[in-house]
Amino acid sequence: VQRPLEYTKDTTNKEDLTPEAKVTSHNNFYEFGAQKHQPAELAQGFKVDPWQLTITGEVDAPLTLGYDELYSSFSLEERIYRLRCVEAWSMVVPWLGFPLASLIAKAKPNSKAKYVVFKTLYDPKQMPGQRNRRIGGGIDYPYVEGLTIAEAMNPLTLMSVGVYGKTLPPQNGAPIRLVVPWKYGFKSIKSVVSIELTEKQPKTTWNILAPHEYGFYANVNPNVDHPRWSQARERRITGGGLFSQKRIDTQLFNGYGEEVADLYTQLNLKKYY
Amino acid sequence: MGAQSKHKIWMLKAAIHVICLGCIGWLYTAAAFDKLGADPVEYVIHYTGMGALHCLLLTLLVTPLAKGFKQAWLMQTRRLIGLYSFTFACLHILNFYFFELGQELSLFLSELIERPYITMGLGGFIILFLLAVTSPNIIKRRMKKRWQHLHNWVYLAAILIGVHFYWSVKSEIIEPTIYLLIIVVLLAFRRKKLLSFKRTKTSL
Repeated sequence: VQRPLEYTKDTTNKEDLTPEAKVTSHNNFYEFGAQKHQPAELAQGFKVDPWQLTITGEVDAPLTLGYDELYSSFSLEERIYRLRCVEAWSMVVPWLGFPLASLIAKAKPNSKAKYVVFKTLYDPKQMPGQRNRRIGGGIDYPYVEGLTIAEAMNPLTLMSVGVYGKTLPPQNGAPIRLVVPWKYGFKSIKSVVSIELTEKQPKTTWNILAPHEYGFYANVNPNVDHPRWSQARERRITGGGLFSQKRIDTQLFNGYGEEVADLYTQLNLKKYY
Repeated sequence: MGAQSKHKIWMLKAAIHVICLGCIGWLYTAAAFDKLGADPVEYVIHYTGMGALHCLLLTLLVTPLAKGFKQAWLMQTRRLIGLYSFTFACLHILNFYFFELGQELSLFLSELIERPYITMGLGGFIILFLLAVTSPNIIKRRMKKRWQHLHNWVYLAAILIGVHFYWSVKSEIIEPTIYLLIIVVLLAFRRKKLLSFKRTKTSL
């Protein structure tokens, strides 16, 4: 059951939000089924309290957040972000959360911390996709994602605990998930139990599965196509039915270039897609 | 052919029309009123693609059924199911062009060539198109022997469309694999015919 959260509002957004019913019924969360309508159906019994999120690895002050601490350790802010899926659809979502940078700072990373590795809960009893390869879309679990430390410390990078004014529903990654708005959606890992700072770049789930299709960086980039489809445009998920769907140009870094382009001045984005 | 068979043919054909047209009517009505989940574009593309594949598999099932159960009248429905496979395939492509690509012709053409899974599907569609336009009896009579040669290409169409489906998914290969196996089974019913192509080196 979702409960309301207190937060400071995002007043900068000018785009139409994707309706809440669509944000919470169109989910890629293969742990609860590979079809987009399945997580909303198969995740309803998902138990998120108690929860433990650990921050470990190359840090001087490893720490663990329990369920209540996910909501009370940092003041929550609304961030209305565009979400661009690698499948060329997109949404505008009002997340609630706190910067990942605040959490990492609390754990005091040491000089060897170059990457941040995230893991989703592994609990086949609760997650039918982890029990059954057909439901789980044939990927290996637990789901693993990663960022460079600079990406993780960027002020845009959010740990989200809520959406549309309330706690996250399970299909959107309850109780806590990552949101990296300038990268394809699969980077924004859901239901996170572990954040580990490492010296080496981690192997990440989709990159392991199909390295020529999904890179480690996965920055939204209209100039670098997915091998099987164009990334130049996207379908914005809105209300209004088949005949009022909007097709729009995809922007480099999903339109967040001002905030993040300086992270990649030394990087060949065609090679490191 | 007896009156009883004619009646059965008429009934089955009527049922095929009602089911296929009903599905198409329901699909676009529901899509227009936003009743197909969050992404109606993806839904109509997938639905019509699967519709084309299902009808194609049914056409390939008709002959083994008619032979196996000695129900020759069933053969009279095969063309209609095939034409609905072509209809769904047309809608599938139109959905892709209008709703996925926003009617951008140059992008449409480049996607046909650049994306192997789309090229595969296009190959299958071209065959379905040729079979559909040569389906009237008058053309069948005029083409004589060449008609059967042309219509044997349906076996290749089934393989191309099965591969198109398999290559289109991200990682969920189990469902398209099942369809490919069904296609293999349906082709296995024709193994003698398919092997004879090889021996006589006639075109498929």
